[in-house]
Amino acid sequence: MSEQKSVNQNKKLVMRLIAVVGGMFLFAFALVPLYDVFCEITGINGKTRGQALYQAKKIDRERLVTIEFLTNVNRGMPWEFKPTVGSVKVHPGELNEVTFYAKNKSRETVIGQSIPSISPGEGALYLNKTECFCFDQQVLTAGEQIEMPMKFYVDSDIPKDITHLTLSYQLYNVTDAVKSTAGATK
Amino acid sequence: MADHHPTGIKRWLFTTNHKDIGSMYLWFSFIMFLIGGAMAMVIRAELYQPGLQFVEPNFFNSMTTMHGLIMVFGAVMPSMVGLANWLIPMQIGAPDMALPRMNNWSFWILPFAFTLLLSSLFMDGGAPNFGWTFYAPLSTTYGPPSTDFFILGVHMMGISSIMGAINVIVTVFNMRAPGMTLMKMPLFVWTWVITAFLLIMVMPVLAGAVTMMLTDRHFGTDFFNAAGGGDPVMFQHIFWFFGHPEVYIMILPAFGVASEIIAAFARKKLFGYSSMVYATASIALLSFIVWAHHMFTVGMPIAGELFFMIATMLIAVPTGVKVFNWVATMWQGSMTFETPMLFSIAFVILFTIGGFSGVMLAMAPVDFQYHDTYFVVAHFHYVLFPGAIFGTTAAVYYWLPKWTGKMYNEKLGKIHFWWSMIAVNLTFFPMHFSGLAGMPRRIPDYNMMFAAFNQLASIGAFALGLSQLFFLFIIIKAIRSGKKAEDKPWEGATGLEWDALPCPAPYHTFDTPPQVK
Amino acid sequence: MAIRRKLIASLTALVSFVLSGVVQATADLNMRPGVTETSQEAYDLHMMVVWVMTGIAVVVFGLMFYSIIAHRKSNNPKPATWSHSTKVEIVWTAIPFIILIFLTIPAIKLLIKMEDASDPDISIQVTGSQWKWHYKYLDHNVEFYSNLKTPQQEANFDLEKATSNANYLLEVDKELVIPVNKKVRFLVTADDVIHSWWVPELGVKKDAIPGFINETWTSVPKPGTYRGQCTELCGKWHGFMPVVVRAVPQAEFDAWIAQKNDERVAAEKAAAEAAAKSWDLDKLMTLGEEVYNAKCAACHKVDGSGTPPLFPALKGSEIATKAERMDEHIGIVVNGKTGTAMAAFGSQLTDAELAAVITYERNAWGNETGDVVQPADIQAFKAGNQ
Repeated sequence: MSEQKSVNQNKKLVMRLIAVVGGMFLFAFALVPLYDVFCEITGINGKTRGQALYQAKKIDRERLVTIEFLTNVNRGMPWEFKPTVGSVKVHPGELNEVTFYAKNKSRETVIGQSIPSISPGEGALYLNKTECFCFDQQVLTAGEQIEMPMKFYVDSDIPKDITHLTLSYQLYNVTDAVKSTAGATK
Repeated sequence: MADHHPTGIKRWLFTTNHKDIGSMYLWFSFIMFLIGGAMAMVIRAELYQPGLQFVEPNFFNSMTTMHGLIMVFGAVMPSMVGLANWLIPMQIGAPDMALPRMNNWSFWILPFAFTLLLSSLFMDGGAPNFGWTFYAPLSTTYGPPSTDFFILGVHMMGISSIMGAINVIVTVFNMRAPGMTLMKMPLFVWTWVITAFLLIMVMPVLAGAVTMMLTDRHFGTDFFNAAGGGDPVMFQHIFWFFGHPEVYIMILPAFGVASEIIAAFARKKLFGYSSMVYATASIALLSFIVWAHHMFTVGMPIAGELFFMIATMLIAVPTGVKVFNWVATMWQGSMTFETPMLFSIAFVILFTIGGFSGVMLAMAPVDFQYHDTYFVVAHFHYVLFPGAIFGTTAAVYYWLPKWTGKMYNEKLGKIHFWWSMIAVNLTFFPMHFSGLAGMPRRIPDYNMMFAAFNQLASIGAFALGLSQLFFLFIIIKAIRSGKKAEDKPWEGATGLEWDALPCPAPYHTFDTPPQVK
Repeated sequence: MAIRRKLIASLTALVSFVLSGVVQATADLNMRPGVTETSQEAYDLHMMVVWVMTGIAVVVFGLMFYSIIAHRKSNNPKPATWSHSTKVEIVWTAIPFIILIFLTIPAIKLLIKMEDASDPDISIQVTGSQWKWHYKYLDHNVEFYSNLKTPQQEANFDLEKATSNANYLLEVDKELVIPVNKKVRFLVTADDVIHSWWVPELGVKKDAIPGFINETWTSVPKPGTYRGQCTELCGKWHGFMPVVVRAVPQAEFDAWIAQKNDERVAAEKAAAEAAAKSWDLDKLMTLGEEVYNAKCAACHKVDGSGTPPLFPALKGSEIATKAERMDEHIGIVVNGKTGTAMAAFGSQLTDAELAAVITYERNAWGNETGDVVQPADIQAFKAGNQ
């Protein structure tokens, strides 16, 4: 084996290995969307899906599923935020509407973002929201209050052993984050 | 002429010689081992009895974090790379590593990476304090300012290990002596090639994870921040996708070391060579699909828990094969028990105990009780200390005559072994009990009911810490005034480094490749 | 003869004494079986694996030690030359496989049972925050924070005294009270970083993840107090946020809920009264110091110097001294601060306590602004009155 040949061979192998390294680095970032897809399929963590269309499937009058609503206001968020009803019993397949109440109790304009989460996690596969305040951010001026609607239906395919679904909203103050990205794009 | 080499500081700064670089890796890892060990002493001193006696909780958290990071990235991994540098070229009949200048570079990154990491101890807000697993958001939104130094440090050591791994793979694939087919390679070389593949697969993922942390902290991204639509649990998935193979990165080369040493001192060929290779490869492959067993309590769907539980338990099969093969190698051998053999036997026994607790931890419904308690601490210290560290210690005693041409003092070596053996068990065995009794890990103060076990563990830990200084003494004594080693100090040792080279091995070896039959 | 009998008798006594000691000791060494069905089944499974593993250890290590003795050079000077046997290797790949299947089946069954939180009798929301738990009874109008009760350790920490308390670090000011023999569902989440809610005796451990909700359940057959801790590293005081659950009979539980409701009404009334009257500086400072040392000093230090940059100094800080930033000061104490360990104290302290502690922070340690914050100011602030 001549020296030159072995140097070339080394180069070739090193290039391939570096390609693997680069590929794995990108793979780490690819895990982010992959994870979201994976969550959507399996319902890890009860991440809810985006906006759904109400498809009038059969309504299962035999069954009732209890949907509980929880709200949490994260620290640094000067809002009052609560569901107007604590829980509803619904028939799978039926379109329902509930409202949430929010009031900005500070002396400034504050932007809020609610993050939904469902328990048990697999329940997220069957709870479809056709309209939700959590799809957007809310801007409330000092002292402003609103009632925010949320329309949803439970898929009639929901397994029999799920009798309770808990839909939780964690409300975050994103005023600073929005301002800083707005500043950056200017 | 053959042994001509530059002298003084330049020799070490500019060297491209695999033996010099190997020595530097080994000494560097030992220094890191002592620093990480000193932090362990602080932890055990604080935990000697209930109450906060020596350090405040934030500093305690920094100590557990830095102890883990330094031991994993600074002590165990570089020591394995050091062994690879010294041994792989000699064992496959190559004159040097394939990429000698990159070799120099990959070593010299390390001192800077760790200086950066250690400097964080003196910064405002203290060193990283979120555990070596640095779960978001504790490490992102809530991390101290020194977190950025930690991120840079991790990047640097990642680059260093990736370069080291590439070097090993290229050396093994392109530099073998004529006749040295893959299935004739010593098992140490095999385990290292597999480790190197693991390294180039997962270190970039770790780099990706810390990069996301960095952008989350400073550039407005929300990978792990729920408020922006991210998910803190995703961090754990990415981290453990790196983290579980990382565990095998630390232990596989030690498997190779034990295989060589046990065969040598049993004066018998390694039993089931090819099944050892396949078992190692299947452990490595399985390590990619078991990561979420570290996260059974995060609220996975049951299908996920079942999958990761079963996949994890499967790892016990190839691991069992390895242990059985070691016992079969000893069977009907003609054994003597010099220090390297003692450390290797202890390695097999204590690593297997760590394997047993590993199977227990794999069972999801019981893991809910073990998770994040001292039981886990006991488990991974059993596989890391008597595993990786005993493996390296055995290797140092075994190849010291080859490296230095001097013999260590056998009597002192045996004292070191028994001292370590007792201290290791005294330190880590009681941790099983405090964990089962309900003591969470990473706490600086605890209820009286955990006191007895913690006291025992602390006493053991102090003895274990001291034994490392004794080890240093033995090695320095051997180098300075040890008996001159014969060319073949171990009767049963086989392989090119013993059969074709004198002790000590000359500075340049195999300039003309040996013929392997 | 008699001597021999005596000797045997005393030996037996000694052996049984030692053995009972071992049994006693192993009871402390092992996992606690706990009180719930699931925790006991987990314990049984744990014991099964322990014995299986012990069995394997005895066989493997037994063979190994036999070999170490029989096949040492002095006993076996000529080593065998075989190094391979496909048959044996297949056998010892297959056996672990079978053992694992044997272990997996009960584990799967138990796991399915543990994950079934359907049809609960009552639901409780558990929220972890640095470094306390918050409990909210979803079926009753009751919620409260549960803080470590063991006093923060001072410089003259007395180990003897502290640890003579059997519940050292495992006691809280307000326990979570649940009824026995009812399926209680816990909805676990967190405010800031990840925590983990664990009660070993109930066999329940679930991570509390900010922004996400997890559920788990228990049904406690026996009244009693069960203690656990946070098990996920959550920052400086991670080791100091215990979980205490008290299981009581249904009647007692109902009475407790009623009492909690009365307390709430009384507290609201007291708060209104406190807000109605005007407090003088001295009184606010006395109460403020007390509240500050209990709630704030762990991070901001008794002398207000903090440990910057994680826990900023209050002494001489602009927010605590500049008159125009007083609203901001009140806002941070009441609502907390995003992305930091600063919790929202608005719901943890009364208006009077909030007023007092803010006044204290604005006047202690040489801050001397002379600002006085009245409970009425806090009330107005909270109501969002402009």
